[in-house]
Amino acid sequence: MEYREPRPYTFYLLAGLMGLFLLFLYGPMLVIYVLSFQGPNGGVTFPMVGFSTKWFGDILKPGQIANIPASFGRSMLLSSVVTILTVVISIAAGLGFRRRFPGAALLFYLAIASLVMPSLLVGFGIGLGFTLLGLPQGLFTSALGAQLTWTLPFGLLTMFAVIARFNRSYEEAAADLGASPWQRLRYVTLPLLLPGILGVAVGAFTLSYDEYARTTLTIGSYNTLPLELYALISSDSTPTLFAIGTVTTAVSFILITIVLVAIMRLQRSRRMTA
Amino acid sequence: MASDTTVELPATSWRPGWTRPRLSPWMVSWLQVGPLATVLIVLFALPTLTFFAASFFDYDRVGIYPDFLLDNYRELLTSPTTWRIYLSSMRFALIVWAITLFLGFNLAHFLVFHIRSNTTRMALFLLCAIPFWTSGIIRTIAWIPFLGRNGVFNTVLLDLGLINRPLDILLFSDLSVVITYVHLYTLLMMGPIANSLAKIDRALIEASRDAGATRWQIMRHVILPLSRTGIALGSILVFTQVLGDYFVVKRMSGGQSASVVSALSTEIQAMQYPPASASAVLLVLFVGLLVAGMMRVVDIRRELVS
Repeated sequence: MEYREPRPYTFYLLAGLMGLFLLFLYGPMLVIYVLSFQGPNGGVTFPMVGFSTKWFGDILKPGQIANIPASFGRSMLLSSVVTILTVVISIAAGLGFRRRFPGAALLFYLAIASLVMPSLLVGFGIGLGFTLLGLPQGLFTSALGAQLTWTLPFGLLTMFAVIARFNRSYEEAAADLGASPWQRLRYVTLPLLLPGILGVAVGAFTLSYDEYARTTLTIGSYNTLPLELYALISSDSTPTLFAIGTVTTAVSFILITIVLVAIMRLQRSRRMTA
Repeated sequence: MASDTTVELPATSWRPGWTRPRLSPWMVSWLQVGPLATVLIVLFALPTLTFFAASFFDYDRVGIYPDFLLDNYRELLTSPTTWRIYLSSMRFALIVWAITLFLGFNLAHFLVFHIRSNTTRMALFLLCAIPFWTSGIIRTIAWIPFLGRNGVFNTVLLDLGLINRPLDILLFSDLSVVITYVHLYTLLMMGPIANSLAKIDRALIEASRDAGATRWQIMRHVILPLSRTGIALGSILVFTQVLGDYFVVKRMSGGQSASVVSALSTEIQAMQYPPASASAVLLVLFVGLLVAGMMRVVDIRRELVS
């Protein structure tokens, strides 16, 4: 057993701060989780009038203002496509940035600019461009493009962080042993980068799935889930919204657990073979 | 041995064993970054140029007409509303920045330097990150039943006998706007700072302690300077998110305040594209200058790419 220094007083201060922060973070969320089980006659605030799962059932019914199931389907589809494109493009670009090339600085700052640009303006620019060119807006044209301007810079920055920790000697060794560039990528580089790539995928999916400001002016006729939720907020005051919040949290929780277990399995099997 | 090869190789990618040398190294890089460059040019740079051009256009109720007018800018810059909105957005941005910086730095420091077990650190970080995976819209309205007149917070205070009647300033006020922003964006500050702190070599801290530095001196002269990349990156993210905010102000201020972007979206909905474009250009310039100022503090590119 190694010797452990006694904790400084700042440890207890900061631990207290962490506790308060978690309370702050989860307090309002817990309120909506509880309120989503509001009785059929209850409203959007306390007290609870009985207990029911009516509001969860309501999610599945297409309403007059918002069609949650249909928009959920569109969101899943769009986010999946955005995720695949983001992963592929970010890996390629991350590998490309390992060498110096003319225009590297310009491209880097373009990505940063795309990240920090107020989101609605990106959507506005794309929407205006489509209007001026007379093109119809759509889920897989303007909206997909608008979301990529958001997920790609995040993907690129994540790849930078992943690649910074990557030891190039493995690639050199593979090349020395006669691996072709393709074999090197397929059997050495990509497997080693896999945990980071999973991170890019999860990040891209959640950013896209929750995207509102870039999508709202580029979506065309059929809304994604966040846009339907936004329409619902402005007009509806039933606990359905809270029920949606509870379901989305549960889904993200499950998703994160699956990805974490996958990453941990990967690392363990790697340690065992190493 | 291994280090020799890594130093030598990036300069010359050619190895004797390779049989198909065709492209120069930077051509390969161009192919690899090509898709990214295409997306960013077509879907970001060109649309930005589009509204820059449109900001000089003429318009009426029917349509917009290519022209070169400065009227849109003249109206924008002489309107007191513009200045009021910018001032109020900047005030929110500064308050939220200060709070998220305080929270983000201290919490990241706690996770990286005070927590000894990797599992606990991971678990605590995930606890902080999980709400980030819930829709921002839902996280915003989650505050309504909490802060409202009959909300949880007021009820608790009343039950404890700390107040006699419900507080009205909790919801639909500047306070609720700030609370919501802090709730939404603290992780954006905490993540980059934690990343910077985790990269600090522990030996440096040991060395400063051995050299007789107090814990405060170590913080001030070792940890703070080494975490400035994270602080700059987090600050940029928080500032741009608040300045680009569309619905938090609209929803949580009870209509008392507007944000630059929500004012702009009103113009867009009225199809007044040229004046909307002019205020978009103004906002881009404003955010651009702000970010450029923060990037002067630290060379983000060098720190991230290499």
